[in-house]
Amino acid sequence: MSATLPDIATPVETPPPARPRMFSATGVAGLALLSFLAALAVLGPILVPWTAADRDFEAFLSPPSADHPFGTTPSGGDILVLTLLGLRRSLLIGLVVAVAATTVAALVGAFAGYFLGWVDRTLMWVTDLLLVIPAFLVVAVVSSGQDDWIALVVLLAAFMWMVTAKAVRGAAIAARDREYVKAARFMGVPSHRVVLRHVVPNLASLLVADATVNVSAAILAETSLAYFGFGVVPPDVSLGSLIADGAPTALYAPWTFWWAAGLLIALIVAVNLVGDDLRDRFDPSLRAYA
Amino acid sequence: MVRLVNYTALIVVASSLAWLLAAVTLDPRANYAGRTPAPPAAVVDAALSEVNLNDRDPLLDRYLTWASGLVRGDFGRTWDGLSVGADLAERAGVTLRLVTAGLVAGALIGLTVGTLAAVHHRRWFDRLSGGVVFLLLAVPAVVLANVLILGAIWVNDTTGTRFLMVSGETTTGGLLDRLGHLVLPALTLALPLAAVVSRYQRNTMLDVLNADHVRTARAKGLPRRTVIVKHALRTALIPTSAYLTFTFGALLVGSTVTETVFGRHGLGQRLIAAIRTGDVNTVAAITTVAAVALLLSAVAADVLQRVLNPGRAR
Repeated sequence: MSATLPDIATPVETPPPARPRMFSATGVAGLALLSFLAALAVLGPILVPWTAADRDFEAFLSPPSADHPFGTTPSGGDILVLTLLGLRRSLLIGLVVAVAATTVAALVGAFAGYFLGWVDRTLMWVTDLLLVIPAFLVVAVVSSGQDDWIALVVLLAAFMWMVTAKAVRGAAIAARDREYVKAARFMGVPSHRVVLRHVVPNLASLLVADATVNVSAAILAETSLAYFGFGVVPPDVSLGSLIADGAPTALYAPWTFWWAAGLLIALIVAVNLVGDDLRDRFDPSLRAYA
Repeated sequence: MVRLVNYTALIVVASSLAWLLAAVTLDPRANYAGRTPAPPAAVVDAALSEVNLNDRDPLLDRYLTWASGLVRGDFGRTWDGLSVGADLAERAGVTLRLVTAGLVAGALIGLTVGTLAAVHHRRWFDRLSGGVVFLLLAVPAVVLANVLILGAIWVNDTTGTRFLMVSGETTTGGLLDRLGHLVLPALTLALPLAAVVSRYQRNTMLDVLNADHVRTARAKGLPRRTVIVKHALRTALIPTSAYLTFTFGALLVGSTVTETVFGRHGLGQRLIAAIRTGDVNTVAAITTVAAVALLLSAVAADVLQRVLNPGRAR
């Protein structure tokens, strides 16, 4: 056997390929912005002397001043503390929904792709069904009676995993024939354990990148819902509900609208920068023309 | 054929689920709650039973009534007795006009920007458009709509005209007046769409520009412009047009925010109103319409891709 193989000299002196940098410049910028916003969301509300329930009866709809650096609402609420609390809630919703949706997507996609056959057909049919039902409708209908933001998170997550699940399924089909999966199977590891211990962990890169994209998708979805008064309800605030409250007064009291809108855009930009960077790293085919 | 059966099943299950969900969650009785003098419970029951909305009737009976109506093409009635089908037919026109305008504008902007960005790959236009796209993708529709309104008010004030209108479809009924009402909502739909389309078009175009047939065309001495338009752009339009076809279906209820902000009485806006008034039948009907539109556009996108594929020309 070995005699038929051409004798190829192994280049001994080849330097090992340079380790790719952890993050690109835009990724670092996104990460920095995201950390800053997260710090604001966590620490900000503690440092501001006002609380969300406080009303300053000497300053209704007043422009930014020393007392209220971001101005006040028509009912005298301090916009700085409201915006920071809204940022906290929006960030929290985005993170929790993304993690939950990606977990569901990983499980559904990996089981469908690994088992194929009727498991695949059933799971993919459910996936298609949820894609066809307008998610907005269901979330709006169900959350119109709820005042619990956890319920909102569950609902948003329930309608955000399908596209990722399809991608995971494709990757899982490819992983089926990889040696490490075959090895595990032939060693008699039970199928469900093969999926959970060998298939899913090896799709981690895809999952991390998709989870990041889902963070911004969830925050944007919450914003739309809040505009119609669904989802986050008073006295709780999110950036979406603040934007909805501020929009009617945006013309003559710009501070009621722009702080929340600006922070929301900054937040999405930061998450997207990090997400794009992760995706480029894990899927170099997408980077071809960057 | 198998796919058709599958899609029909998807639509049936999706609309049934929407109806059940709405029937269990929504409360049409609340419409009578605030009335003085309070109508007797029996009267409310009778009125609600009349339109198949009474939550004290057995759920299964109500479902069968609704489903048998749907099979005959009857979407049922709203809580105040109007025909859902007639209402939605009228509103579908409103939505269709808006979505068509938004889609055409978004496609034109997106295709132009994407193609130019690909042709000027890594030059200033490519970088600038990339940055703008990135920013646009981070702006939610609510914010974009309100920013456009603020911009329009500023434009109207500085030019002293009242061309750009921010609410409704028309005031005087003239063509120019309709156009003035259409610009802002159409832009709200078009800009995010153009952002996605331009990225999509740019990447396909770059793929094509590096393909062999384009290099051959260049090598045999055809002018650059001819090669880009005739050889590259035509091929690159195929995947993008399939994407646009699919988007059309998704936008039919995806324009809810835009319709609400700009006061256009379309399907999306009706959906919100129906949820508020507990109109189970309307909610289910809009879901059905949305599901049908989505699947039809998916099929259309598929067919389009096959028909346009140059590999199938002979």
